[in-house]
Amino acid sequence: MSRLWPRLFTHAALIAVGAIILVPVIWVVTAGFRTQISLLTGQFLFAPVLANFTEVLFSKTSDFLVNYRNSMIVGSASTVLCLTVATLAAWSLARLGWPRWVVHVFLGWALLFQMLPPLALAGAWYTLSRAVGLDNSFVGLILAHTVLNLPMALWLMGVFVREVPLELEEAARIDGASTFTVLRHIVLPLVAPGLAACAILTFVFSWNEFAVALNLTMKQTATVPVAIAKFAQDFEIRYTQMAAAAGLSILPALVLLLIGQRFIVRGLTQGAVK
Amino acid sequence: MRLSRWATFGPALLLMLVLGVLPLANLFYTSFHTVTWAAGKATFTPAGIGNYLALPADPLLRAGFFNTIVFAVGAVGGQMVLGFGLALLCSRVTRGRVLYRAVFILPILIPGIVIGAIWKLMLNFDFGLVNQITDLVGMDPRNWLGDRQTALASVIAVDIWHWTPFCFLLLLAGLESLPQDPYEAAKIDGASWWQELRYITLPLMAPAILVTFAFRLVIAFKVFDEIYLLTGGGPVTATEVLSFTLFQRLFTEDREGYGSAMAVAIIFLCSLLLVVAVSVGRRSERAA
Repeated sequence: MSRLWPRLFTHAALIAVGAIILVPVIWVVTAGFRTQISLLTGQFLFAPVLANFTEVLFSKTSDFLVNYRNSMIVGSASTVLCLTVATLAAWSLARLGWPRWVVHVFLGWALLFQMLPPLALAGAWYTLSRAVGLDNSFVGLILAHTVLNLPMALWLMGVFVREVPLELEEAARIDGASTFTVLRHIVLPLVAPGLAACAILTFVFSWNEFAVALNLTMKQTATVPVAIAKFAQDFEIRYTQMAAAAGLSILPALVLLLIGQRFIVRGLTQGAVK
Repeated sequence: MRLSRWATFGPALLLMLVLGVLPLANLFYTSFHTVTWAAGKATFTPAGIGNYLALPADPLLRAGFFNTIVFAVGAVGGQMVLGFGLALLCSRVTRGRVLYRAVFILPILIPGIVIGAIWKLMLNFDFGLVNQITDLVGMDPRNWLGDRQTALASVIAVDIWHWTPFCFLLLLAGLESLPQDPYEAAKIDGASWWQELRYITLPLMAPAILVTFAFRLVIAFKVFDEIYLLTGGGPVTATEVLSFTLFQRLFTEDREGYGSAMAVAIIFLCSLLLVVAVSVGRRSERAA
Protein backbone atom coordinates (compact mmCIF):
# COMPACT_ATOMS: atom_id res chain seq x y z
CA MET A 1 0.00 0.00 0.00
CA SER A 2 1.38 3.34 -0.96
CA ARG A 3 1.22 6.20 1.50
CA LEU A 4 -1.51 8.78 1.56
CA TRP A 5 0.28 11.90 0.30
CA PRO A 6 1.73 10.51 -2.94
CA ARG A 7 -1.66 9.05 -3.69
CA LEU A 8 -3.41 12.35 -3.10
CA PHE A 9 -0.87 14.10 -5.29
CA THR A 10 -1.38 11.58 -8.09
CA HIS A 11 -5.13 12.04 -8.03
CA ALA A 12 -4.82 15.82 -7.84
CA ALA A 13 -2.57 15.84 -10.91
CA LEU A 14 -4.88 13.54 -12.86
CA ILE A 15 -7.93 15.61 -11.95
CA ALA A 16 -6.12 18.77 -13.05
CA VAL A 17 -5.37 17.20 -16.44
CA GLY A 18 -8.98 16.03 -16.68
CA ALA A 19 -10.06 19.63 -16.10
CA ILE A 20 -7.74 20.93 -18.82
CA ILE A 21 -9.35 18.46 -21.22
CA LEU A 22 -12.96 18.93 -20.15
CA VAL A 23 -13.14 22.68 -19.49
CA PRO A 24 -12.73 23.84 -23.14
CA VAL A 25 -15.32 21.30 -24.31
CA ILE A 26 -17.80 22.23 -21.59
CA TRP A 27 -17.20 25.94 -22.09
CA VAL A 28 -17.90 25.70 -25.81
CA VAL A 29 -20.93 23.43 -25.39
CA THR A 30 -22.43 25.83 -22.84
CA ALA A 31 -21.58 28.77 -25.12
CA GLY A 32 -24.03 27.15 -27.54
CA PHE A 33 -26.75 27.85 -24.99
CA ARG A 34 -25.82 31.52 -24.54
CA THR A 35 -26.90 34.64 -26.31
CA GLN A 36 -24.19 36.44 -28.23
CA ILE A 37 -24.26 39.32 -25.73
CA SER A 38 -23.89 37.01 -22.77
CA LEU A 39 -20.81 35.44 -24.38
CA LEU A 40 -19.23 38.74 -25.38
CA THR A 41 -19.68 40.33 -21.97
CA GLY A 42 -18.31 37.22 -20.32
CA GLN A 43 -21.10 36.70 -17.79
CA PHE A 44 -20.44 33.69 -15.64
CA LEU A 45 -24.08 32.90 -14.98
CA PHE A 46 -26.56 33.03 -17.83
CA ALA A 47 -30.07 31.99 -18.71
CA PRO A 48 -29.78 29.18 -21.27
CA VAL A 49 -31.48 29.68 -24.63
CA LEU A 50 -32.08 27.22 -27.46
CA ALA A 51 -32.05 29.84 -30.22
CA ASN A 52 -28.59 28.87 -31.49
CA PHE A 53 -29.54 25.25 -31.92
CA THR A 54 -32.80 26.00 -33.70
CA GLU A 55 -30.93 28.44 -35.94
CA VAL A 56 -28.20 25.95 -36.78
CA LEU A 57 -30.60 23.05 -37.32
CA PHE A 58 -33.58 24.65 -39.01
CA SER A 59 -32.68 28.01 -40.55
CA LYS A 60 -32.19 28.70 -44.24
CA THR A 61 -28.52 29.64 -43.89
CA SER A 62 -27.45 26.23 -42.62
CA ASP A 63 -28.25 22.68 -43.67
CA PHE A 64 -26.99 21.04 -40.56
CA LEU A 65 -29.65 18.33 -40.49
CA VAL A 66 -28.78 17.42 -44.06
CA ASN A 67 -25.07 17.45 -43.21
CA TYR A 68 -25.73 15.22 -40.22
CA ARG A 69 -27.61 12.76 -42.39
CA ASN A 70 -24.83 12.86 -45.00
CA SER A 71 -22.17 12.12 -42.40
CA MET A 72 -24.27 9.24 -41.06
CA ILE A 73 -24.65 7.76 -44.56
CA VAL A 74 -20.98 8.11 -45.45
CA GLY A 75 -19.81 6.94 -42.02
CA SER A 76 -22.03 3.85 -41.86
CA ALA A 77 -21.56 2.81 -45.48
CA SER A 78 -17.79 3.19 -45.45
CA THR A 79 -17.58 1.40 -42.09
CA VAL A 80 -19.56 -1.61 -43.31
CA LEU A 81 -17.63 -1.74 -46.58
CA CYS A 82 -14.24 -1.26 -44.95
CA LEU A 83 -14.86 -3.90 -42.29
CA THR A 84 -16.13 -6.45 -44.79
CA VAL A 85 -13.25 -5.99 -47.18
CA ALA A 86 -10.62 -5.81 -44.43
CA THR A 87 -11.86 -8.85 -42.49
CA LEU A 88 -12.00 -11.00 -45.62
CA ALA A 89 -8.55 -9.89 -46.72
CA ALA A 90 -6.96 -10.15 -43.28
CA TRP A 91 -8.29 -13.68 -42.87
CA SER A 92 -7.31 -14.61 -46.39
CA LEU A 93 -3.75 -13.37 -45.91
CA ALA A 94 -3.42 -15.04 -42.51
CA ARG A 95 -4.98 -18.41 -43.23
CA LEU A 96 -5.33 -19.24 -46.92
CA GLY A 97 -1.70 -19.94 -47.66
CA TRP A 98 -0.74 -16.96 -49.77
CA PRO A 99 2.95 -16.78 -50.69
CA ARG A 100 4.86 -14.73 -48.13
CA TRP A 101 5.87 -12.06 -50.63
CA VAL A 102 2.22 -11.32 -51.43
CA VAL A 103 1.48 -10.73 -47.75
CA HIS A 104 4.57 -8.57 -47.24
CA VAL A 105 4.12 -6.46 -50.36
CA PHE A 106 0.44 -5.85 -49.68
CA LEU A 107 0.78 -5.00 -46.00
CA GLY A 108 3.91 -2.93 -46.70
CA TRP A 109 1.98 -0.99 -49.30
CA ALA A 110 -0.87 -0.49 -46.81
CA LEU A 111 1.60 0.93 -44.29
CA LEU A 112 3.02 3.34 -46.86
CA PHE A 113 -0.48 4.29 -47.97
CA GLN A 114 -1.40 5.09 -44.38
CA MET A 115 1.41 7.65 -44.30
CA LEU A 116 0.40 9.58 -47.41
CA PRO A 117 -1.26 12.94 -46.92
CA PRO A 118 -4.85 12.27 -48.09
CA LEU A 119 -4.83 15.64 -49.82
CA ALA A 120 -2.26 14.32 -52.27
CA LEU A 121 -4.79 11.74 -53.46
CA ALA A 122 -7.96 13.81 -53.23
CA GLY A 123 -7.37 15.44 -56.62
CA ALA A 124 -7.02 12.10 -58.38
CA TRP A 125 -10.10 10.74 -56.58
CA TYR A 126 -12.11 13.73 -57.70
CA THR A 127 -11.03 13.30 -61.32
CA LEU A 128 -11.80 9.60 -61.12
CA SER A 129 -15.28 10.06 -59.67
CA ARG A 130 -16.07 12.71 -62.28
CA ALA A 131 -14.90 10.46 -65.08
CA VAL A 132 -17.42 7.77 -64.04
CA GLY A 133 -20.16 10.30 -63.29
CA LEU A 134 -20.23 9.89 -59.52
CA ASP A 135 -19.03 13.34 -58.55
CA ASN A 136 -22.32 14.45 -57.00
CA SER A 137 -23.15 11.27 -55.14
CA PHE A 138 -21.88 9.76 -51.91
CA VAL A 139 -20.18 6.86 -53.69
CA GLY A 140 -16.90 8.68 -54.26
CA LEU A 141 -16.53 9.83 -50.67
CA ILE A 142 -17.65 6.47 -49.27
CA LEU A 143 -15.01 4.68 -51.34
CA ALA A 144 -12.39 7.27 -50.40
CA HIS A 145 -13.09 6.86 -46.68
CA THR A 146 -13.12 3.09 -47.09
CA VAL A 147 -9.68 3.02 -48.63
CA LEU A 148 -8.34 5.62 -46.16
CA ASN A 149 -9.35 3.44 -43.21
CA LEU A 150 -8.44 0.16 -44.90
CA PRO A 151 -4.81 -0.02 -43.66
CA MET A 152 -5.88 0.42 -40.04
CA ALA A 153 -8.72 -2.09 -40.40
CA LEU A 154 -6.43 -4.62 -42.14
CA TRP A 155 -3.90 -4.30 -39.35
CA LEU A 156 -6.46 -4.58 -36.53
CA MET A 157 -8.46 -7.40 -38.07
CA GLY A 158 -5.19 -9.18 -38.84
CA VAL A 159 -4.39 -9.17 -35.13
CA PHE A 160 -7.85 -10.43 -34.17
CA VAL A 161 -8.08 -13.05 -36.91
CA ARG A 162 -4.75 -14.58 -35.88
CA GLU A 163 -6.13 -15.01 -32.36
CA VAL A 164 -8.72 -17.49 -33.64
CA PRO A 165 -7.41 -20.99 -32.79
CA LEU A 166 -6.21 -22.64 -35.98
CA GLU A 167 -7.35 -26.09 -34.70
CA LEU A 168 -10.98 -24.95 -34.75
CA GLU A 169 -10.77 -23.94 -38.40
CA GLU A 170 -8.94 -27.14 -39.35
CA ALA A 171 -11.45 -29.30 -37.49
CA ALA A 172 -14.30 -27.64 -39.39
CA ARG A 173 -12.46 -28.18 -42.68
CA ILE A 174 -12.02 -31.87 -41.94
CA ASP A 175 -15.76 -32.09 -41.26
CA GLY A 176 -16.26 -30.77 -44.77
CA ALA A 177 -17.11 -27.13 -44.07
CA SER A 178 -16.74 -24.73 -46.99
CA THR A 179 -14.69 -21.51 -46.80
CA PHE A 180 -17.87 -19.55 -46.33
CA THR A 181 -19.06 -21.78 -43.50
CA VAL A 182 -15.73 -21.51 -41.70
CA LEU A 183 -15.85 -17.73 -42.02
CA ARG A 184 -19.48 -17.38 -41.04
CA HIS A 185 -19.70 -19.87 -38.16
CA ILE A 186 -16.20 -19.95 -36.68
CA VAL A 187 -14.16 -16.86 -37.53
CA LEU A 188 -16.91 -14.24 -37.40
CA PRO A 189 -18.31 -15.04 -33.94
CA LEU A 190 -14.79 -15.17 -32.47
CA VAL A 191 -13.63 -11.84 -33.92
CA ALA A 192 -16.89 -10.04 -33.04
CA PRO A 193 -15.35 -7.95 -30.21
CA GLY A 194 -12.50 -7.00 -32.54
CA LEU A 195 -15.01 -6.05 -35.21
CA ALA A 196 -16.80 -3.79 -32.73
CA ALA A 197 -13.56 -2.02 -31.83
CA CYS A 198 -12.64 -1.63 -35.46
CA ALA A 199 -16.13 -0.45 -36.42
CA ILE A 200 -16.23 2.31 -33.82
CA LEU A 201 -12.85 3.66 -34.87
CA THR A 202 -13.61 3.47 -38.59
CA PHE A 203 -16.90 5.27 -38.08
CA VAL A 204 -15.37 8.00 -35.92
CA PHE A 205 -12.49 8.57 -38.33
CA SER A 206 -14.90 8.82 -41.25
CA TRP A 207 -17.14 11.18 -39.26
CA ASN A 208 -14.14 13.37 -38.43
CA GLU A 209 -12.44 13.36 -41.83
CA PHE A 210 -12.28 16.79 -43.41
CA ALA A 211 -9.63 17.32 -46.08
CA VAL A 212 -10.92 14.73 -48.56
CA ALA A 213 -14.59 15.45 -47.83
CA LEU A 214 -13.91 19.11 -48.57
CA ASN A 215 -12.76 18.24 -52.08
CA LEU A 216 -15.20 15.43 -52.90
CA THR A 217 -18.50 16.93 -51.71
CA MET A 218 -20.82 19.61 -52.98
CA LYS A 219 -23.45 21.60 -51.17
CA GLN A 220 -25.97 18.74 -51.02
CA THR A 221 -23.45 16.08 -50.10
CA ALA A 222 -21.34 18.07 -47.59
CA THR A 223 -20.52 16.26 -44.36
CA VAL A 224 -20.52 17.79 -40.87
CA PRO A 225 -16.86 18.91 -40.74
CA VAL A 226 -17.17 20.53 -44.16
CA ALA A 227 -20.32 22.34 -43.05
CA ILE A 228 -18.70 23.57 -39.84
CA ALA A 229 -15.69 24.90 -41.71
CA LYS A 230 -17.91 26.67 -44.21
CA PHE A 231 -20.12 28.06 -41.49
CA ALA A 232 -17.12 29.33 -39.54
CA GLN A 233 -15.77 31.07 -42.60
CA ASP A 234 -19.02 32.53 -43.90
CA PHE A 235 -20.32 33.79 -40.56
CA GLU A 236 -17.16 34.36 -38.61
CA ILE A 237 -18.81 36.39 -35.86
CA ARG A 238 -21.76 34.10 -35.13
CA TYR A 239 -19.82 32.66 -32.23
CA THR A 240 -22.65 31.11 -30.26
CA GLN A 241 -24.05 29.34 -33.32
CA MET A 242 -20.63 27.99 -34.11
CA ALA A 243 -20.46 26.70 -30.53
CA ALA A 244 -23.87 25.05 -30.93
CA ALA A 245 -22.76 23.37 -34.18
CA ALA A 246 -19.53 22.21 -32.54
CA GLY A 247 -21.52 20.75 -29.64
CA LEU A 248 -23.89 18.90 -31.98
CA SER A 249 -21.03 17.47 -34.03
CA ILE A 250 -19.29 15.79 -31.09
CA LEU A 251 -22.50 14.09 -29.97
CA PRO A 252 -21.85 10.77 -31.80
CA ALA A 253 -18.32 10.62 -30.40
CA LEU A 254 -19.66 11.19 -26.86
CA VAL A 255 -22.27 8.46 -27.24
CA LEU A 256 -19.70 6.01 -28.61
CA LEU A 257 -17.31 6.91 -25.79
CA LEU A 258 -19.99 6.21 -23.19
CA ILE A 259 -21.16 2.89 -24.60
CA GLY A 260 -17.93 1.63 -26.12
CA GLN A 261 -14.91 2.90 -24.21
CA ARG A 262 -13.65 -0.66 -23.82
CA PHE A 263 -13.73 -1.22 -27.58
CA ILE A 264 -12.18 2.13 -28.42
CA VAL A 265 -9.27 1.53 -26.05
CA ARG A 266 -8.84 -1.99 -27.40
CA GLY A 267 -8.86 -0.79 -31.01
CA LEU A 268 -6.47 2.09 -30.48
CA THR A 269 -3.95 0.15 -28.43
CA GLN A 270 -4.06 -3.23 -30.18
CA GLY A 271 -1.74 -2.23 -32.98
CA ALA A 272 0.94 -0.80 -30.73
CA VAL A 273 1.19 -3.53 -28.14
CA LYS A 274 1.20 -6.52 -30.44
CA MET B 1 -9.29 -23.22 -52.54
CA ARG B 2 -7.82 -21.04 -55.26
CA LEU B 3 -11.19 -19.47 -55.93
CA SER B 4 -11.95 -18.72 -52.30
CA ARG B 5 -8.49 -17.23 -51.89
CA TRP B 6 -9.17 -14.70 -54.59
CA ALA B 7 -12.75 -14.13 -53.48
CA THR B 8 -11.60 -13.09 -50.01
CA PHE B 9 -8.47 -11.11 -50.92
CA GLY B 10 -9.70 -9.76 -54.26
CA PRO B 11 -11.89 -6.91 -53.00
CA ALA B 12 -9.12 -5.40 -50.85
CA LEU B 13 -6.61 -5.76 -53.67
CA LEU B 14 -8.96 -4.18 -56.18
CA LEU B 15 -9.78 -1.29 -53.85
CA MET B 16 -6.12 -0.60 -53.17
CA LEU B 17 -5.17 -0.82 -56.84
CA VAL B 18 -7.94 1.43 -58.13
CA LEU B 19 -8.00 3.98 -55.30
CA GLY B 20 -4.44 3.74 -54.03
CA VAL B 21 -1.95 2.71 -56.68
CA LEU B 22 -3.72 4.29 -59.63
CA PRO B 23 -4.05 7.79 -58.09
CA LEU B 24 -0.44 7.64 -56.95
CA ALA B 25 0.72 6.67 -60.43
CA ASN B 26 -1.46 9.43 -61.81
CA LEU B 27 0.09 11.90 -59.37
CA PHE B 28 3.55 10.80 -60.42
CA TYR B 29 2.70 11.14 -64.11
CA THR B 30 1.10 14.56 -63.65
CA SER B 31 4.11 15.83 -61.75
CA PHE B 32 6.17 15.73 -64.96
CA HIS B 33 3.64 17.77 -66.90
CA THR B 34 2.07 21.17 -67.05
CA VAL B 35 -1.71 20.92 -67.07
CA THR B 36 -3.81 23.52 -68.80
CA TRP B 37 -7.58 23.49 -68.96
CA ALA B 38 -9.57 24.59 -71.99
CA ALA B 39 -13.31 24.00 -72.44
CA GLY B 40 -13.39 21.38 -69.67
CA LYS B 41 -10.59 19.35 -71.21
CA ALA B 42 -7.14 19.02 -69.74
CA THR B 43 -4.03 19.22 -71.88
CA PHE B 44 -0.84 17.67 -70.55
CA THR B 45 2.35 19.33 -71.76
CA PRO B 46 5.54 17.50 -70.80
CA ALA B 47 7.59 19.60 -68.41
CA GLY B 48 10.41 17.21 -67.57
CA ILE B 49 11.63 17.75 -64.05
CA GLY B 50 10.83 21.46 -64.27
CA ASN B 51 8.11 21.23 -61.64
CA TYR B 52 10.52 19.63 -59.22
CA LEU B 53 13.25 22.17 -59.91
CA ALA B 54 10.85 25.00 -59.09
CA LEU B 55 10.05 23.57 -55.64
CA PRO B 56 13.04 24.85 -53.61
CA ALA B 57 12.42 28.45 -54.67
CA ASP B 58 8.75 28.45 -53.61
CA PRO B 59 8.57 30.84 -50.63
CA LEU B 60 5.32 29.30 -49.37
CA LEU B 61 6.79 25.80 -49.50
CA ARG B 62 9.89 26.99 -47.63
CA ALA B 63 7.74 28.47 -44.90
CA GLY B 64 5.58 25.35 -44.85
CA PHE B 65 8.59 23.07 -44.61
CA PHE B 66 10.19 25.08 -41.80
CA ASN B 67 6.96 25.45 -39.82
CA THR B 68 6.05 21.78 -40.21
CA ILE B 69 9.38 20.77 -38.70
CA VAL B 70 8.96 23.20 -35.78
CA PHE B 71 5.37 22.07 -35.39
CA ALA B 72 6.14 18.34 -35.51
CA VAL B 73 9.10 18.53 -33.14
CA GLY B 74 7.34 20.84 -30.67
CA ALA B 75 3.97 19.14 -30.71
CA VAL B 76 5.10 15.50 -30.79
CA GLY B 77 7.89 16.16 -28.27
CA GLY B 78 5.43 17.78 -25.88
CA GLN B 79 2.86 15.04 -26.38
CA MET B 80 5.35 12.24 -25.76
CA VAL B 81 6.68 13.76 -22.52
CA LEU B 82 3.24 14.73 -21.20
CA GLY B 83 1.63 11.50 -22.38
CA PHE B 84 4.32 9.38 -20.73
CA GLY B 85 4.11 11.32 -17.46
CA LEU B 86 0.35 11.00 -17.48
CA ALA B 87 0.53 7.26 -18.24
CA LEU B 88 2.97 6.79 -15.34
CA LEU B 89 0.63 8.63 -12.98
CA CYS B 90 -2.42 6.76 -14.22
CA SER B 91 -0.74 3.36 -13.97
CA ARG B 92 -0.20 4.00 -10.25
CA VAL B 93 -3.84 4.53 -9.39
CA THR B 94 -6.14 1.56 -9.04
CA ARG B 95 -9.38 3.32 -8.22
CA GLY B 96 -10.89 5.45 -10.98
CA ARG B 97 -8.46 4.49 -13.71
CA VAL B 98 -11.24 3.66 -16.17
CA LEU B 99 -12.94 6.99 -15.47
CA TYR B 100 -9.72 8.98 -15.95
CA ARG B 101 -9.05 7.12 -19.16
CA ALA B 102 -12.54 7.83 -20.47
CA VAL B 103 -12.05 11.56 -19.91
CA PHE B 104 -8.53 11.59 -21.30
CA ILE B 105 -9.38 9.95 -24.62
CA LEU B 106 -12.20 12.37 -25.41
CA PRO B 107 -10.08 14.73 -27.60
CA ILE B 108 -9.03 11.83 -29.88
CA LEU B 109 -12.66 11.37 -30.91
CA ILE B 110 -13.46 15.01 -31.67
CA PRO B 111 -13.20 16.04 -35.35
CA GLY B 112 -10.06 18.08 -36.06
CA ILE B 113 -12.13 20.83 -37.59
CA VAL B 114 -14.23 21.05 -34.40
CA ILE B 115 -11.04 21.18 -32.32
CA GLY B 116 -10.18 24.18 -34.48
CA ALA B 117 -13.60 25.72 -33.81
CA ILE B 118 -13.38 25.07 -30.07
CA TRP B 119 -9.95 26.65 -29.72
CA LYS B 120 -10.76 29.53 -32.03
CA LEU B 121 -13.44 30.44 -29.51
CA MET B 122 -11.22 29.66 -26.51
CA LEU B 123 -8.42 31.86 -27.87
CA ASN B 124 -10.67 34.69 -29.04
CA PHE B 125 -9.22 38.07 -28.16
CA ASP B 126 -12.42 39.63 -26.79
CA PHE B 127 -14.20 36.90 -24.88
CA GLY B 128 -12.05 33.75 -25.08
CA LEU B 129 -11.64 31.80 -21.88
CA VAL B 130 -7.84 31.85 -22.23
CA ASN B 131 -7.69 35.64 -22.08
CA GLN B 132 -10.19 35.64 -19.22
CA ILE B 133 -7.89 33.34 -17.27
CA THR B 134 -4.68 35.22 -18.07
CA ASP B 135 -6.55 38.38 -17.03
CA LEU B 136 -7.13 36.84 -13.59
CA VAL B 137 -3.39 36.50 -13.04
CA GLY B 138 -2.82 40.06 -14.24
CA MET B 139 -1.56 39.43 -17.79
CA ASP B 140 -2.60 41.65 -20.68
CA PRO B 141 -4.99 40.02 -23.15
CA ARG B 142 -3.26 38.71 -26.27
CA ASN B 143 -4.39 38.04 -29.77
CA TRP B 144 -2.96 34.52 -29.62
CA LEU B 145 -3.78 33.41 -33.16
CA GLY B 146 -3.43 36.78 -34.88
CA ASP B 147 0.00 37.62 -33.56
CA ARG B 148 2.96 36.32 -35.55
CA GLN B 149 4.89 35.68 -32.36
CA THR B 150 2.30 33.48 -30.67
CA ALA B 151 0.38 31.94 -33.61
CA LEU B 152 2.58 28.89 -34.19
CA ALA B 153 3.04 28.29 -30.46
CA SER B 154 -0.74 28.46 -29.98
CA VAL B 155 -1.33 25.98 -32.80
CA ILE B 156 1.25 23.65 -31.25
CA ALA B 157 -0.47 23.98 -27.86
CA VAL B 158 -3.82 23.07 -29.42
CA ASP B 159 -2.25 20.04 -31.10
CA ILE B 160 -0.76 18.98 -27.77
CA TRP B 161 -4.25 19.22 -26.26
CA HIS B 162 -5.62 17.17 -29.15
CA TRP B 163 -3.07 14.36 -29.34
CA THR B 164 -1.47 13.94 -25.89
CA PRO B 165 -4.39 11.61 -25.02
CA PHE B 166 -3.42 9.33 -27.91
CA CYS B 167 0.20 9.06 -26.69
CA PHE B 168 -1.09 8.58 -23.16
CA LEU B 169 -3.37 5.73 -24.19
CA LEU B 170 -0.76 3.82 -26.16
CA LEU B 171 1.90 4.30 -23.48
CA LEU B 172 -0.50 3.31 -20.69
CA ALA B 173 -1.31 0.12 -22.60
CA GLY B 174 2.43 -0.47 -22.85
CA LEU B 175 2.92 0.08 -19.11
CA GLU B 176 0.03 -2.22 -18.26
CA SER B 177 1.58 -5.06 -20.25
CA LEU B 178 5.03 -4.83 -18.62
CA PRO B 179 6.19 -7.89 -16.61
CA GLN B 180 6.08 -7.41 -12.83
CA ASP B 181 9.14 -9.49 -11.82
CA PRO B 182 11.82 -6.82 -12.50
CA TYR B 183 9.97 -4.39 -10.25
CA GLU B 184 9.75 -6.89 -7.43
CA ALA B 185 13.47 -7.61 -7.76
CA ALA B 186 14.19 -3.88 -7.75
CA LYS B 187 12.10 -3.41 -4.61
CA ILE B 188 14.09 -6.13 -2.83
CA ASP B 189 17.31 -4.44 -3.92
CA GLY B 190 16.01 -1.15 -2.53
CA ALA B 191 15.95 0.74 -5.83
CA SER B 192 14.68 4.33 -5.75
CA TRP B 193 11.74 5.56 -7.80
CA TRP B 194 14.09 7.19 -10.27
CA GLN B 195 16.27 4.11 -10.64
CA GLU B 196 13.19 2.03 -11.36
CA LEU B 197 12.14 4.44 -14.07
CA ARG B 198 15.59 4.79 -15.60
CA TYR B 199 16.75 1.17 -15.52
CA ILE B 200 13.52 -0.82 -15.79
CA THR B 201 10.57 1.12 -17.14
CA LEU B 202 12.30 3.12 -19.89
CA PRO B 203 14.28 0.22 -21.43
CA LEU B 204 11.26 -2.09 -21.32
CA MET B 205 9.03 0.61 -22.77
CA ALA B 206 11.42 1.52 -25.60
CA PRO B 207 9.49 -0.38 -28.32
CA ALA B 208 6.12 1.10 -27.26
CA ILE B 209 7.65 4.59 -27.07
CA LEU B 210 9.18 4.19 -30.51
CA VAL B 211 5.94 2.98 -32.11
CA THR B 212 3.94 5.80 -30.54
CA PHE B 213 6.51 8.37 -31.59
CA ALA B 214 6.63 7.18 -35.21
CA PHE B 215 2.83 7.00 -35.38
CA ARG B 216 2.41 10.52 -34.08
CA LEU B 217 5.18 11.99 -36.22
CA VAL B 218 3.49 10.75 -39.37
CA ILE B 219 0.16 12.28 -38.33
CA ALA B 220 1.86 15.54 -37.31
CA PHE B 221 3.31 15.88 -40.80
CA LYS B 222 -0.19 15.61 -42.24
CA VAL B 223 -1.73 18.28 -39.95
CA PHE B 224 -4.38 20.24 -41.80
CA ASP B 225 -7.83 20.32 -40.20
CA GLU B 226 -7.10 22.28 -37.01
CA ILE B 227 -4.97 24.85 -38.81
CA TYR B 228 -7.59 25.31 -41.52
CA LEU B 229 -9.95 26.96 -39.03
CA LEU B 230 -7.53 28.30 -36.43
CA THR B 231 -5.30 30.44 -38.61
CA GLY B 232 -5.63 29.38 -42.24
CA GLY B 233 -1.82 29.34 -42.35
CA GLY B 234 -1.53 32.96 -41.23
CA PRO B 235 -0.83 35.56 -40.07
CA VAL B 236 1.17 35.87 -43.32
CA THR B 237 2.99 32.50 -43.26
CA ALA B 238 3.45 32.11 -39.48
CA THR B 239 1.51 28.83 -39.34
CA GLU B 240 1.84 27.70 -42.94
CA VAL B 241 2.39 23.91 -42.92
CA LEU B 242 3.13 21.47 -45.76
CA SER B 243 -0.44 20.16 -46.16
CA PHE B 244 -1.66 23.70 -46.39
CA THR B 245 0.87 24.67 -49.03
CA LEU B 246 -0.15 21.58 -50.98
CA PHE B 247 -3.81 22.48 -50.62
CA GLN B 248 -3.23 26.03 -51.84
CA ARG B 249 -1.09 25.14 -54.85
CA LEU B 250 -3.11 22.07 -55.88
CA PHE B 251 -6.70 23.07 -55.18
CA THR B 252 -6.97 26.81 -54.58
CA GLU B 253 -4.67 27.76 -57.47
CA ASP B 254 -5.35 24.65 -59.59
CA ARG B 255 -1.69 24.20 -60.49
CA GLU B 256 -1.99 20.48 -60.97
CA GLY B 257 1.42 19.67 -62.43
CA TYR B 258 3.33 21.73 -59.91
CA GLY B 259 1.10 20.65 -56.99
CA SER B 260 1.56 17.00 -57.93
CA ALA B 261 5.33 17.42 -57.93
CA MET B 262 5.01 18.95 -54.46
CA ALA B 263 2.85 16.04 -53.30
CA VAL B 264 5.37 13.50 -54.60
CA ALA B 265 8.20 15.36 -52.88
CA ILE B 266 6.27 15.45 -49.59
CA ILE B 267 5.45 11.75 -49.82
CA PHE B 268 9.11 10.96 -50.49
CA LEU B 269 10.16 13.08 -47.51
CA CYS B 270 7.61 11.40 -45.23
CA SER B 271 8.80 7.89 -46.11
CA LEU B 272 12.42 8.93 -45.65
CA LEU B 273 11.63 10.39 -42.26
CA LEU B 274 9.86 7.27 -41.07
CA VAL B 275 12.73 5.04 -42.19
CA VAL B 276 15.25 7.25 -40.38
CA ALA B 277 13.10 7.45 -37.23
CA VAL B 278 12.62 3.70 -37.10
CA SER B 279 16.28 2.83 -37.75
CA VAL B 280 17.56 5.38 -35.22
CA GLY B 281 15.06 3.98 -32.73
CA ARG B 282 16.20 0.41 -33.41
CA ARG B 283 19.82 1.38 -32.87
CA SER B 284 19.14 3.16 -29.58
CA GLU B 285 17.08 0.19 -28.50
CA ARG B 286 19.99 -2.14 -29.14
CA ALA B 287 22.37 0.19 -27.27
CA ALA B 288 20.13 0.36 -24.20
